[in-house]
Amino acid sequence: MQAVINFIVSIVSTPAILVGLIAMLGLALQKKPGTKTLEGTIKTFVGFLVLTGGAGILQGALTPFASMFKFALHVQGVVPSNEAVVAIALQQYGTTTALIMFVGMVVNVLLARFTKFKYIFLTGQAMLYVSCLTAVILISTGMKANGWTIILGGLFEGTLLTVTPALCQPFMRKITGGDNVAMGHTGNIGYATAGLMGKWFGNAKKSTEDINFPKGLSFLRDSTVSITLVMAIVYLVLAIVSGPHFIETKLSSGTNFLVYAITQAGTFAAGFYVVLAGVRMILGEIVPAFQGIATKLVPNAKPALDVPIIFPYGQNALLIGFFVSFIVGTLSMFAMIGMGTTVIIPGVVGHFFCGGAAGIYGNATGGRRGAIIGSAVNSLLISWLPLFILPVLGGLKLAASTFADTDYLIPGILLGNLGSFGQVAVTGGIIAFVLIVIVWSFFLKDSSKKSDSQKAQG
Amino acid sequence: MKIAAVCQSGLGSSFMIQMNIESVLKDEGVDTDNIEVTHFDTGGLNINAADYFFLGSDLAEQASDLPQERVFVLQSIIDKSELQEKINTLLDKEGIKHN
Repeated sequence: MQAVINFIVSIVSTPAILVGLIAMLGLALQKKPGTKTLEGTIKTFVGFLVLTGGAGILQGALTPFASMFKFALHVQGVVPSNEAVVAIALQQYGTTTALIMFVGMVVNVLLARFTKFKYIFLTGQAMLYVSCLTAVILISTGMKANGWTIILGGLFEGTLLTVTPALCQPFMRKITGGDNVAMGHTGNIGYATAGLMGKWFGNAKKSTEDINFPKGLSFLRDSTVSITLVMAIVYLVLAIVSGPHFIETKLSSGTNFLVYAITQAGTFAAGFYVVLAGVRMILGEIVPAFQGIATKLVPNAKPALDVPIIFPYGQNALLIGFFVSFIVGTLSMFAMIGMGTTVIIPGVVGHFFCGGAAGIYGNATGGRRGAIIGSAVNSLLISWLPLFILPVLGGLKLAASTFADTDYLIPGILLGNLGSFGQVAVTGGIIAFVLIVIVWSFFLKDSSKKSDSQKAQG
Repeated sequence: MKIAAVCQSGLGSSFMIQMNIESVLKDEGVDTDNIEVTHFDTGGLNINAADYFFLGSDLAEQASDLPQERVFVLQSIIDKSELQEKINTLLDKEGIKHN
């Protein structure tokens, strides 16, 4: 009997098998043939192990980064990267994360079906990462990894991902010229802020898209290249400040300190690459199953899709947003070094996607000035808020990587700080959040009618 | 035949294009037993990775060294009718029967 219980407990507490079973359920619900179901289940299962392997590679590069940073500047250095922090966190919180994601999907479908928030969040990696953030924060507040925590976590994640697309929708109508798709990314709070900044301080008549912009920088769009380049600069500076003696005796076992620095930068990019491949395999079956089931259950659903859907609507704004964001992030880093706080290194992926998108939102409402101000304000958020999320991340507090986008940072900081008032506060807070969203939806009636009548006129 | 959808990190948008390609193939009544649809990031773009590539216009530059008859640049990655038109061109070229 003991052996049977141990078998069952081992299955549920091995996240790789658990996500495989979730994929199997999805495939079975879609009535896929047996071989397809087996194939999909195995790929999802192995995908999780690929991701864990990538986490190992990333840690291999981040551990020396952390000790170099500590030695050179006497403070903790952190590179915000959702992929890195999630891959590392999943080793410990994998099961809770997978189950929260599953409950969150159900919550998303129920809210979209029964409230006026018709958004079905289809960006799989964001669902996985937000679930992981939720698991880490809830367990760090002292909650046990049990069924109640998973239901609360799923309510939080599912409600958050149903309501954040709504924040961006007024701006999405401006950018895409339609109301058919929504923004399903994790920088939505920042994008809506950038859109507001553009509206308040910009001038929509002078669009970024009228500028002739050099195209020569497009090689930076390959994330392996851009990550390696930026991380190489960071590692090289750290290596030079730490000096050859420290690195060659303590870290590289004799390899030249500059060669070692460049290899570590490449190792970071390699880990990132493997993690992406793992995430792709994990989601390969789960996302289509969710899409198929959700769109059947919510007939007039609006799909909330990943951030690049808006990139073609503002290619110059994207680049302007990225550069402004990265510069503000770099200046913020120097300010942190000067202030002696933990130092947040600008992550190139976060600044590209979130900074670029903020530029597009800012441009849509406020032209060139809107793009610059919008992406600068968004960059201040993603550069400084990581300092405030670290304390609520439990064991990940001292990790060399953390969450990067506004929709992890702001809800995470709020939820985590609620935790300092005890678990009753966390439970109450999450339930209140769900209720507020449901009640808010009742007041949306007029606006949806208005858009219907606008449609009729158009 | 292998069709690949490509985006910058190979996670969200390319996956969405892949699902749209699959649904267009289904709508067109195409026998998909010999057609594999996949998605990956721009780093994986090379001539051997697939027979046909679909990507958004903002990434056209990344695919400029591939044979252009195998690259389909989407002006809008969310416009299903544009995708359908391009898939039909592809199917006609390959001599694959469709509706």
